[in-house]
Amino acid sequence: MSAIVTSFTGGVFGPGFFSSPPVHVALVVGGVVAVVSGVVGTFTVMRGQSFAGHALSDIGTAGGAAAFLLGISPLFGFTAMNVAAAGVMETIGIRRPRGRDLATGIVLGAGLGLAAAFLFLGTTETSTTGAAVNVLFGSVFTLPTSIVPVIGIFGAVALALIAVLYRPLVLSSLSSDLASARGVPVRLVGLGHLLALALAVSLSAVTIGAILSTALLIGPPAAALRLTKRTGWAIVVSCAIGLVATWGGVLASYDSYYWPPTHHGWPVSFFVVTLVLAFYVLAGAITKARA
Amino acid sequence: MAVPRAGSTLSQAGTDAGRAEVLTVRGLSVSLGGREVLHQVSFSMAPGEVTGLIGSNGAGKTTLLRAILGLVTPTSGEVLIAGRPRSRRNPLVGYVPQRLTLDPDIPLRARDLVGLGLDGHRFGAPWPSAARRASIDQALAGVDATHLAGARVGKLSGGEQQRIMIAQALISRPRLLLLDEPLANLDIRNEGEVVALLARIAATEHVAVLISAHDMNPLLGFMDRVVYIAAGRATSGTAEEVVQTETLSALYGHRVDVVHVNGRVLVVAGREDSHAHCDGGP
Amino acid sequence: MFSGFMLNAWAAATIVGVVAGVVGFFTVLRGSAFAAHAIPNGAFAGAAGAALIGANAIAGLGTFSILGALGIGALGRRARNDVASALAIVMMLGLGALFLSMTTEYAPETYSLLFGEVLGVASSELLPSAVIGIVAVAAVLALYRPLMLSSVAPDVAAARGISTQRMEVCFLLVIGLTTSAAVPVVGTLLTFSLLISPAAAARSFTSHPGVAMGLAVLISLSTVWGAIAVSFVSNLPVGFFVGSFGALSYAAGRAWHSCMHRPPRVRLG
Repeated sequence: MSAIVTSFTGGVFGPGFFSSPPVHVALVVGGVVAVVSGVVGTFTVMRGQSFAGHALSDIGTAGGAAAFLLGISPLFGFTAMNVAAAGVMETIGIRRPRGRDLATGIVLGAGLGLAAAFLFLGTTETSTTGAAVNVLFGSVFTLPTSIVPVIGIFGAVALALIAVLYRPLVLSSLSSDLASARGVPVRLVGLGHLLALALAVSLSAVTIGAILSTALLIGPPAAALRLTKRTGWAIVVSCAIGLVATWGGVLASYDSYYWPPTHHGWPVSFFVVTLVLAFYVLAGAITKARA
Repeated sequence: MAVPRAGSTLSQAGTDAGRAEVLTVRGLSVSLGGREVLHQVSFSMAPGEVTGLIGSNGAGKTTLLRAILGLVTPTSGEVLIAGRPRSRRNPLVGYVPQRLTLDPDIPLRARDLVGLGLDGHRFGAPWPSAARRASIDQALAGVDATHLAGARVGKLSGGEQQRIMIAQALISRPRLLLLDEPLANLDIRNEGEVVALLARIAATEHVAVLISAHDMNPLLGFMDRVVYIAAGRATSGTAEEVVQTETLSALYGHRVDVVHVNGRVLVVAGREDSHAHCDGGP
Repeated sequence: MFSGFMLNAWAAATIVGVVAGVVGFFTVLRGSAFAAHAIPNGAFAGAAGAALIGANAIAGLGTFSILGALGIGALGRRARNDVASALAIVMMLGLGALFLSMTTEYAPETYSLLFGEVLGVASSELLPSAVIGIVAVAAVLALYRPLMLSSVAPDVAAARGISTQRMEVCFLLVIGLTTSAAVPVVGTLLTFSLLISPAAAARSFTSHPGVAMGLAVLISLSTVWGAIAVSFVSNLPVGFFVGSFGALSYAAGRAWHSCMHRPPRVRLG
C-alpha cells in the first residue's frame, strides 16, 4: 500500500521537487503574489477596471527598463512608474464608466512609448535582447532568495491599503452615488484602490511576468465572483483559486522537464493560465448547474 | 402646447370592435428564466390614441414593450402590427428606450442621432443630401428641438435627449410609437412638456403612442386608454373604466382603493392594518 | 530621409495611419480600448507559433487576431467585456510563452514585433498590409450606420433588427484585420497607441462624426510621419515618439476643449 502511495506521489511530484531551493522561492513568491492579486483583483473586477490592472503590468515595463539603465532594482522602477500612471489615469477620468478604458488606453499608449525608448537604450548599451521577453514572460525559477522579504513588504502594504479602505471600497464599487451620499470620498477611495493595484501589479509583474500578473489579478476573482456575490467570500475563494493555480503551475512546469518535445521544461505561465481558465469555465458551469 | 383632451373622446368609448387597430396584443404570455413575467395580456391600440402602460417597477412593462418589439419570444399568444404578425426590423414601429448612457464627449450631434433613426440600419456611411437634411430638420422641428440640431448629444440634458430620441423614432414615420418610461428622470416642467408633445404628435401624425410609466398622474387628461399591469397580469380600457376600486382590486387579487386627491389619482393598498402606499402606481 | 528603404517606411506609415484613424474612431466611440490592446498583443503569440512551425509570420498573426476577436466575442456573451478581454489576452500570451519556449531562434525578433521596425519594412510586406488595411477600412465604412446606432442606442438598434452581439463580433474582427495589417509594420504596442490616442484627441475638436473620423486620420498620419522623421534624426525608436505624440495630441485636445467650453453651460432639467 505504502509503495503505491510513494509511487503515486513520485509520479505527481518530480524528483527533488521539495528539496530544490528555486522551487521553494517560486512557491513562496507565487503564493504571496496569488494572495495579493486575489484580494486586490476582486475589487478590480468589481469596479470594471481589469484593463487598468493589465495596462499597469505593461506600463511598469518602462519603469523596469529605466531602473535597469539607472542601475537600481527593477521593482522600485516598476512601482514608481505604476504609481505615477495610476495618478494620471485617475486625473484623466477613470471613474466615469464610459471614460474608463479611454483613460487607461491613453496612459498605456504613452507608457509603451517610454518602454520602447528605455528598452532600446538598454539594449544598445548592453546586449540584453531578452529584456522585453523577460519582463513579459517572467521566470519564476530564477528568483533570488533575497527577493522574498521585499515581496513580503510590498504585498503587506497593498493588503493593508485594501483592509483600511475595505468598507468604503465595497460600497463605492456597488454604487458610487450611494457611497457619496453616505459621505464616502469616492475619488480618494478610487485612488486608494488604484495605488493598491499599482503595488500588486508591480510586485507580480517583476517576479512572475506581465502575463501571470494579469492572469492572477483577473482570472481567479472573475471565477470567484461567478460563484458568490458576497465580497468577503469572493476574496477567500479567489485567493484559493489563485494559490491552487500558481502552485499547480509551478509543479507542472517542474515536472515538464521530463516531457517532450524539448526536455528543458514548459513555461510556468502556460500552466497557470490554463489552470486559471479551467477554474473560470468550471465556475461558469457550476453557476449554470445551480440555476 | 396641445390642449389636454378628455379621457375617451377619440377612442369610441373603449369598444374594440370595428376600430382600425395598429397594435393587437392577444393572450400574450412571456416566461423569462423559468418565471412567468406576463400572463395572458390582451389589449389593442388605434391610430391617434395615447395609451398609458401603467405599473410599478418590475410589473412587466419593459418585457411587454420588448415582446411588442420582437426582442423576446412569447410562450403563447400573438402580437399583430397593423393586422399582421410582427417581423423584426418593422418600420411601422418606433421605439424610444428608457435612457441613453452616452459618453459626454461622443462626437455625435443631435441631427446625426436623428439621422440614424432614418437609415441607421442600412449599410454604408450616410451621404448628405438636401432631402435627408430637410427630413431631419422637420423631425427636429416636430419636437421643438431645432435649436439643438448642432449640439453634442452627450452634453444635452435628460429632457433634451428625450426629445431627440422621440424625433429619432418619428423620422421613419412609424404608425406605432413605444416609449419606455419617458418621464422617469425628468422634472415636473419637462414632464408636462413631453406628455403634451406626445399627445400633439399622436393627434397630428395619427400615430398610436404607448407610454410606459410607474406614475399615471402626469398622463391623466392626455391618455385615451390605460393598460394597467400588475404582477404580469393586465387590464385595459379607458382611464375611467380601469382606474377604479373594483377593477384594480380584481387585477391585484386583493383590495386596493383608488383615491382622488386634488385631481391626482392615488392607488392605495386597502388592508386596514397596512401602511398606505401612496404613489400613483400600486 | 527620403531615399530607398525610407520610401517603404513612409508608405507603410501612411497605410497604418489611415487604417488606425478610421478603425480607431469606432474603437474610442464603442469604448473597446481593451480589446484593441488585447488582440494585437495576443496576436503576437501567433507570430511565435508561426515561427515554431516554420509558417509565414503574417499568417500566424492573422490567425491569432481572428481567434482572439472570436474568443473575446464568445466570452463577452456571459462575462463583462473587460474580463473577457483580460482572459483572452492571457490565454493567447500563455500560448505564446509555450511557443517561445519551444523555439530558440525567435527571441531577437521579439523586440521588433512588440515595438515595430518601421524603418526596416521590406517592399514585400507593403502589399499584404495595404490589402488587409483596405479591407478593414471598407468594412468600417460599410458597417458605419449600424455600428453607430448599436454603439449609441443598442436597444433601438435591436428593435430595428441589428443584433448588438453580431455588431460587436464584426467590430472585433475589424480590429483583428487592423492588427494583421499594422503589427508587422509598427508592432503590437504602437498599433494600440495609434488606435486610441488620435481618435480620442479628434473628438475634443469637433462634434461632427464624419469630421471627427477625418481628423482622427489626420492626427494619426501626422503622429506616425512626425515620429519617423524625428526618430530618423534622433536615432531613438519610432515607438517612443508615436506614444509621446499621441499623448500630446490628446492633451492638446483636452486643453482646446476646456478653452472652448468655459464658462460651463448652465443646464436645466
